[in-house]
Amino acid sequence: MSRVLVGVKRVIDYAVKIRVKPDHSGVVTDGVKHSMNPFCEIAVEEAVKLKEKKFIKEVVAVSCGPTQVTETIRTALAMGCDRGIHVEVSGKDYEAMGPLQIAKIFAALAKKEEASLVILGKQAIDDDCNQTGQMTAALLDWPQGTFASEVTIDGEKVKVVREIDGGLETIKISMPAVLTADLRLNTPRYATLPNIMKAKKKKIANMKPADLGVDMVSRVEVLRVDEPPTRLAGVKVETVDDLVAKLKANGTI
Amino acid sequence: MLLGKVSLTPALCTALRISPAFSGIQKQIGAAATQNARLYASSQAAEAVLDKQAVGTTTATKAATAKKAQSVESQSFAVNMFKGQINPSQVFPFPSVMNEEQTQFLQELVPPVSKFFEEVNDPAKNDSLEKVEDSTMESLKEMGAFGLQVPQDLGGVGLTNTQYARLVEIVGQHDLGVGITLGAHQSIGFKGILLVGSPAQKEKYLPKLATGETLAAFCLTEPASGSDAASIKTLATLSPCGKHYILNGGKIWISNGGLAEIFTVFAKMPMMDEKTGQMKDKITAFIVERSFGGVTHGPPEKKMGIKASNTAEVYFENVPVPIENVLGEVGGGFKVAMAILNNGRFGMAAALSGTMKGVITQAVDHAANRVQFGSKIHTYGAIQEKLARMTMLQYVTESMAYMISGNMDSGSKDYHIEAAISKIFASEAAWEVTDECIQVMGGMGFMKGSGVERVMRDLRIFRIFEGTNDILRLFVALNGFQDAGKHLKSLQKALKNPLGNAGLLAGEITKRAKRTAGLSTGLTLQGSVHPELSHSGNLAVKAIEHFGVTVEDMLLKHGKNILHEQFVLKRVADSAIDLYAMVVVLSRASRSLSQGHASAQHEKILCETWCIEAYDRIMKNVKDLKSSSTTQVFKNMKAISAAVVENGGIVAPHPLGF
Repeated sequence: MSRVLVGVKRVIDYAVKIRVKPDHSGVVTDGVKHSMNPFCEIAVEEAVKLKEKKFIKEVVAVSCGPTQVTETIRTALAMGCDRGIHVEVSGKDYEAMGPLQIAKIFAALAKKEEASLVILGKQAIDDDCNQTGQMTAALLDWPQGTFASEVTIDGEKVKVVREIDGGLETIKISMPAVLTADLRLNTPRYATLPNIMKAKKKKIANMKPADLGVDMVSRVEVLRVDEPPTRLAGVKVETVDDLVAKLKANGTI
Repeated sequence: MLLGKVSLTPALCTALRISPAFSGIQKQIGAAATQNARLYASSQAAEAVLDKQAVGTTTATKAATAKKAQSVESQSFAVNMFKGQINPSQVFPFPSVMNEEQTQFLQELVPPVSKFFEEVNDPAKNDSLEKVEDSTMESLKEMGAFGLQVPQDLGGVGLTNTQYARLVEIVGQHDLGVGITLGAHQSIGFKGILLVGSPAQKEKYLPKLATGETLAAFCLTEPASGSDAASIKTLATLSPCGKHYILNGGKIWISNGGLAEIFTVFAKMPMMDEKTGQMKDKITAFIVERSFGGVTHGPPEKKMGIKASNTAEVYFENVPVPIENVLGEVGGGFKVAMAILNNGRFGMAAALSGTMKGVITQAVDHAANRVQFGSKIHTYGAIQEKLARMTMLQYVTESMAYMISGNMDSGSKDYHIEAAISKIFASEAAWEVTDECIQVMGGMGFMKGSGVERVMRDLRIFRIFEGTNDILRLFVALNGFQDAGKHLKSLQKALKNPLGNAGLLAGEITKRAKRTAGLSTGLTLQGSVHPELSHSGNLAVKAIEHFGVTVEDMLLKHGKNILHEQFVLKRVADSAIDLYAMVVVLSRASRSLSQGHASAQHEKILCETWCIEAYDRIMKNVKDLKSSSTTQVFKNMKAISAAVVENGGIVAPHPLGF
């Protein structure tokens, strides 16, 4: 019961106003503020907490992307992860990178690092895919505890309380397993300046997807990116009868 | 070009505009300066600077000659501009002092600190509680915010001045009350230990101060000694056993006074003056622990602003302070105080540039959305002028802060005039910007909910503490005059040996002849300033030339009495501030243009606009100082003041007769 892999994704900061590129191929990322995906922060926090409670010995932070993602790995290190792995992906491969490619990388790493748990954020706030955790578990043929709002280690098993549409569901799964963090799992700690200093001494290993035997070819092609249509003004009506009449008139009912 | 014999004729003296009796004046300035040092010693800097000229006239010359090598070689732009000279080495190009590792480290520090202040710290709560919330204090300590400049091996974050400035900017943007709590602790409270502490003192005190386990406070001000800091009465006497100093006295308005465990205390000690053989009071700095016993404090003062910061009276009653706790040299306390205050001043400009950034964002947000008379109010000229002025003031302040921190990080020791200028400028700019922000926001600005009124209240003290702006202006002017005076003195010496100094004299005569004829004297910023800014660069050069002439004129007209001519000193200082500001933005905008920043054209406009208006202000001051009607105005003001003082208030009887 030793090692946990945590995935951290570098995304456009949640407070930034997103702008679509003039050629509609994507959103503007140059010069835009980026930070760690909020759900990944929650995942890191959970992993570090498990280590503090002595359920695990080592937390490894992993990120895939160009050089800039090392900033995100360092933030994870400052929060308490022991070491980092930077899987270098850049250029076209990076733009086309999606949950399937990441899941393949994580599956390979989980085996290589002999991880007992892989903890990810439930989804990223840029693509909102909500697939990586599930795909990783499937590739590894491991149990999965997704949308976790509470995680308890019980010997060789993990009890996970999941947030589902109908309420809360509690499951017990065997390790090794994949967990994905939901909003209420915990409140991530603030990186303190001394910890950021200590993080400078922690190691970040570099590798390429090819080193893990992963092919980055995407089966998905983005055709076009548009902003949501501007919301049109609504119409106020006085009575319920008026409302019904209007809805009938425009063919809604 | 002058060839052949040059003799000390009256004509030559006139040409050089130096009185043959000038040598006396320099000595007199030195002596009078020391006599009158008490007058201006708040900026304890003034005393120590004037101290350099020492007591007595002969020592003045000796000290001047001894320091000549040092001061003549001063790289400070401000020092040189008083002589009408340009030394661009510290201002061009705009300093870029961090290496890759330092830059990367700083980039990692900014987000967590910003996040903390955006999400956790509650400035409104701190203000209404009149203290920093306990949980916030704890988090700040954990974050390492209390030991930012303590070396890493003693438990601190080990930041350079530039890195410290960047973080302090974030604090300033969000909560000045917290800013003062942190600043009173590390910027002045224990800075003395960092600067002049012995290795033993550093090892003993810094680790706990860095984590915030113990807090520090700077204890100088007393009921009868504010600006006149040299007159403090707190007394330290050596105990009979010779192992302790016994401290007695009371200090007022001490930030962190009620919270601190470690105090940097300034007290007077009677000491034997070697030169005169008489006992003289000299000030010594001590590290005093509350645990020594006899240290008590009063209740928290009720203030206009920075309410979250604890301000209290601190009393010392027979406190035994071990002799190992003397900070710096015995009797050298003034220099210690000066070093501490000088060293921390840039932090204020950095913090306030952050404050201004924050309120400008609020003002812009309001102006961009508020519709009146059918249009968004930012389309109206009145609002545009306000927003533009606010932006320029913030740009200048920010440029000053990082120029000075950059100079300090590069090892410059000669930044005290610039630091004083930046404190004056930043505190007044921030007040003006915040006031205009409230005006732009209208009634909303006045309401507590917007948070701007709190910033306004917090800002007021910045023009008062750490050296009132009035005193600092006198300091800037007097310091400048002293250096300019030395320059004139060296010219005067050259006059005594004209053959040996033909080159120097010839140069001076040519320069002055050109000036009189209205021609440029060859001073230039070409090569330093970006070509697109050359017009503004020329304005700066002209301003420096006129400024240099005015400084000389004032020295020759008033001689030693310049010390008393505060109306003159203020206008000289204002011009110096405007000049430094011009040069600082020329440097920054030049860099942006050279590096092709996206904002370069915008910065160019900021720079040009600032320079046009600053030039006008400087020229007006220069003109006023020459005009007889202004002299009359000064006389009148003196008379008006005397009359109301004598009457205890307004003199003119009521228009209604009762």
